[in-house]
Amino acid sequence: MRLKCPICGERDSREFTYMGHASMLERPAPDAGDVVWDDYLHNRENIAGVVEELWQHTEGCGAWLVVQRDTRTHEVLGVKLAREVARAG
Amino acid sequence: MRVEGKGRIDRSRPVDFHFDGVKYGGYAGDTLASALLANDIRLVGRSFKYHRPRGILSAGSEEPNALMTVGEGAAAEPNIRAPMQELYDGLVARSQNAWPSLKYDVLEANDLLAPFLSAGFYYKTFMWPKSFWEGVYEPFIRRAAGLGALSGEANPSMYARAFAECDVLVIGGGPAGLRAARAAVEAGLDVILADESWEMGGRLLSETEEIEGQPAAAWAEAEAVSLADMGVRMMTRTTVTGAYDTGVFGALEKRGHHTPHRTDAPHEVFWRIAARRAVLCAGALERPIAFRNNDRPGVMTAGAVRSYVNRFGVAPGKRVAIFGNNDSAHQTARDLLGAGVKVTAVIDSRADAQVDVDAPVITGGKVVGTKGRLGLEQIIVDENGTTRSLMADCLAISGGWNPTVHLTCHMNGRPVWEPSIASFVPAEGAVPGLSVAGSAAGIMDTFGCLKSGAEAGAAAAKDLGAKAPKLPTPHASAGTYQIEPLWAVPGKGRAWLDFQNDVTVKDIKQAAQENYASVEHMKRYTTQGMATDQGKNSNVAALAILADATGRGLPETGTTTFRPPYSPVAIAAMGAGAQGKGFAPRRFTTSHAATIKRGAPMIEAGLWYRPSYYPEEGETHWRESCDREVNWVRNVVGVCDVSTLGKIDIQGPDAAAFLEMVYTGAFSTLKEGRVRYGLMLREDGHVMDDGTTARMGPEHYVMTTTTAAAGQVMRHLDFVHQCLAPELNVSFISTTEQWAQFAVAGPRSRELLNAVLDTAIDDESWPFMSCGEIGVAGVPGRLFRISFSGEHAYEVAVPSRYGDSLFRLLVAQAEAMGGGAYGMEALNVMRIEKGFITHAEIHGRTTAFDIGMGRMISPKKDCIGKTMAARPGLVDEDREQLVGLKPVDPKVSLTAGAHLYNDGTSPVAANDQGYVTSVAHSPTLGHDIALGFVRGGRDRMGETMRFWDGLRDIDTVVEICSPVFLDPEGEKLRG
Repeated sequence: MRLKCPICGERDSREFTYMGHASMLERPAPDAGDVVWDDYLHNRENIAGVVEELWQHTEGCGAWLVVQRDTRTHEVLGVKLAREVARAG
Repeated sequence: MRVEGKGRIDRSRPVDFHFDGVKYGGYAGDTLASALLANDIRLVGRSFKYHRPRGILSAGSEEPNALMTVGEGAAAEPNIRAPMQELYDGLVARSQNAWPSLKYDVLEANDLLAPFLSAGFYYKTFMWPKSFWEGVYEPFIRRAAGLGALSGEANPSMYARAFAECDVLVIGGGPAGLRAARAAVEAGLDVILADESWEMGGRLLSETEEIEGQPAAAWAEAEAVSLADMGVRMMTRTTVTGAYDTGVFGALEKRGHHTPHRTDAPHEVFWRIAARRAVLCAGALERPIAFRNNDRPGVMTAGAVRSYVNRFGVAPGKRVAIFGNNDSAHQTARDLLGAGVKVTAVIDSRADAQVDVDAPVITGGKVVGTKGRLGLEQIIVDENGTTRSLMADCLAISGGWNPTVHLTCHMNGRPVWEPSIASFVPAEGAVPGLSVAGSAAGIMDTFGCLKSGAEAGAAAAKDLGAKAPKLPTPHASAGTYQIEPLWAVPGKGRAWLDFQNDVTVKDIKQAAQENYASVEHMKRYTTQGMATDQGKNSNVAALAILADATGRGLPETGTTTFRPPYSPVAIAAMGAGAQGKGFAPRRFTTSHAATIKRGAPMIEAGLWYRPSYYPEEGETHWRESCDREVNWVRNVVGVCDVSTLGKIDIQGPDAAAFLEMVYTGAFSTLKEGRVRYGLMLREDGHVMDDGTTARMGPEHYVMTTTTAAAGQVMRHLDFVHQCLAPELNVSFISTTEQWAQFAVAGPRSRELLNAVLDTAIDDESWPFMSCGEIGVAGVPGRLFRISFSGEHAYEVAVPSRYGDSLFRLLVAQAEAMGGGAYGMEALNVMRIEKGFITHAEIHGRTTAFDIGMGRMISPKKDCIGKTMAARPGLVDEDREQLVGLKPVDPKVSLTAGAHLYNDGTSPVAANDQGYVTSVAHSPTLGHDIALGFVRGGRDRMGETMRFWDGLRDIDTVVEICSPVFLDPEGEKLRG
């Protein structure tokens, strides 16, 4: 598999490390309550379809990425810098 | 038998080789298979299960029978397919799976037991008694049912991994592949053409037809030269083994198989090829027809016979019979006659077949059996219900051709049944970006292959936005491929399908009868297609027989899944470079050479190598060295390389705010020139790591992490900054390898440092937990007054290039003062004596509360993990809390990993009160000490516990005490 790092360009998947679901970007406020925090930390949708996930270009520039991927085909639909997604968030 | 004037072999270059200890001759350009046939050797192996005599079936990588061990000693390599092994001078090959010899194989007795060894036999027979499986059945089956064996010695071959990128990858260098490559390269694209043979051409090398008025092989040769000239990367001896996501293909290049073994160049190279588009031109594989005893040596596919005659100048027999259900078989007779070989009969199963061959022809006939002890002598032919025997030492069979669909199945594509060729063809779009051309797509004539290849190449180019030329199709043979399906000739006896796994027509029928009617169940029950050839010759026939037996059509029956690799790939090639020391990178500190020179045994800490201890003359046990080093530090001075601790340089206006987000404590209040201990939590409230952070300037901090967690912490900081707090104006980078850092510890540490520092230090300017820049023997360095030993201590850092000399200088000074270098053992003893934690304690399930640092979570600010750390379950007073432990009997040795129980209770899980994480012998206290976790332990000081280590048989009594065994007030480290 290949991923297109917005900084480095298209690279082999071995350069990247999967880091979990992109919902990790939405950190709750300290007082958001147990249910919200439990969801944030532990509960994930496991869907057959398009997911947003976090990858890091660990063997490259170190950038955290939000990768849009179809779990049925492994087709990568888009890669964005996580910091830009977080800023826009 | 050699045929004069035929073949692409170089008769001016004779080559000697050995097979089963006997010397034979061949020529350059031969394969091991063609050379064996040239020497009239037909028996080349014994079958997997029944040890039946077997011969060469094919002329390609699909070969199920002729598997050999090639090479000698450690370099011997098993399961080499003889038709793929190029002959070289001095080649040594041995047959496999026969004992004592190919001709007299003891386990041939298995064949007599065949009635008891049918499908599902293992499952039914070896079920009981259960205890017999590991001890009796499995070893026996493994010995009996063997492929070749490894040498048992370390593999001396070199392997490499390589990466390539291209616009268009063309898989297969036959007529379609050559044209696809031309279309793409003429469109100006970057093209790779890969083929498993040592020369391009595919079937063209094995046929007598013409292209553009030239012999097809000569045309292919010229075309290959021209493509190479145009910049196509020609990867010969390279099998594309797998198709993966986003245009990535795996490929195995055999570089060292065609020469005597070398250790100075790669034997095989495993490629990952990233291609924007790919064209699969992998051709088609011929399938045999099943009938009684169709596995006798001398029985071959008709296309293989043509390959041996036309490409290698070898007649596989003196009297050859031909049996087919399609027109392609007839050419075999014409080629044999053209080579002067006697053709006994051409038997075509189709009653209406038009056979234009100058030899006896039997239409509507079938071969129903064979005779011969270790090789074919006669065939039995059924002609309209009457049988007769014909003399033949070679039978060429064609049951039709199966498009090589394998790569199109690697991403879950399911091939589609195509009745006109009685086979499966690749599904459209089975692999994104990959198109299929030539006979791999079911096109069975040369003209069609040339044309479809060029079209596929041009389409790929167009897809990539390049202007593709319209190539005229060269003149070549065109025609329709006529076939009438014939999978198995009816009749008694065993008719073989999967030669490599010894599966018969009867086995498939039995599976259907026992209700293993789905293809996937049939496959596993009979092992059909589960051998290393993945049933390349046999799967389609097996499916047809299953379809028949279950009363379904072939399209409904479906196929099993082909998975990578297309042909076997040695693990050694995939893991190239990862043997021995190549398995993991090794990180050495700047003091490594000096440390090794002092004879220190090294231990691994992550990827780092660190000294255990520095032995001195006369010391016989590591404890002696360790105790001495501890005593040096406690009484004089010691030097230890601590460069492996992670160092992260953090700068920017928001550096303090960033640190406060990742650490539990406050860092904005930390004064310049001061150091503070920091505790880092995971978001779930458990401790991630700890370390000190020094404020070097108003916007400049240097964080240290533990050796083991340096990478994890760096990733965590990246996550927090990029994903959670991108608004913070802060930058950081790992400088672990840029600074060499040494602990100088002991009552006389300052005295030692003052001998090497450019400006002398005193307690007033450099109090405990101070830091700053300082000249070290003329080099700009850094000094931190911190201590992991509990002694008055410093860590001094210089740029790495000065590390080696500073280490030697510090140790020399220390030795002059009566101290010296110390290693990890002494370091560990001293930190346990002081109750300092490492990842033995913060092992991922402990909280700040558990280690007695709950108060370090600042109430004034948020930080990662703060909310979750406050969960009631994580601050329960009954949680296991960090305590010190000492043996009631000071002579008793303690062990890490032991569990703790209340006095008088039995050591069972229900009574468990805690466990021991770290143990050391304290030379200062004169007995063993330990750190561990005990339920509600902080309120149980002075209680005694049962200390039980079931693995090492230790059962004793310990007393709970403070984890700080020495100098609880910290007077030594401040003084």
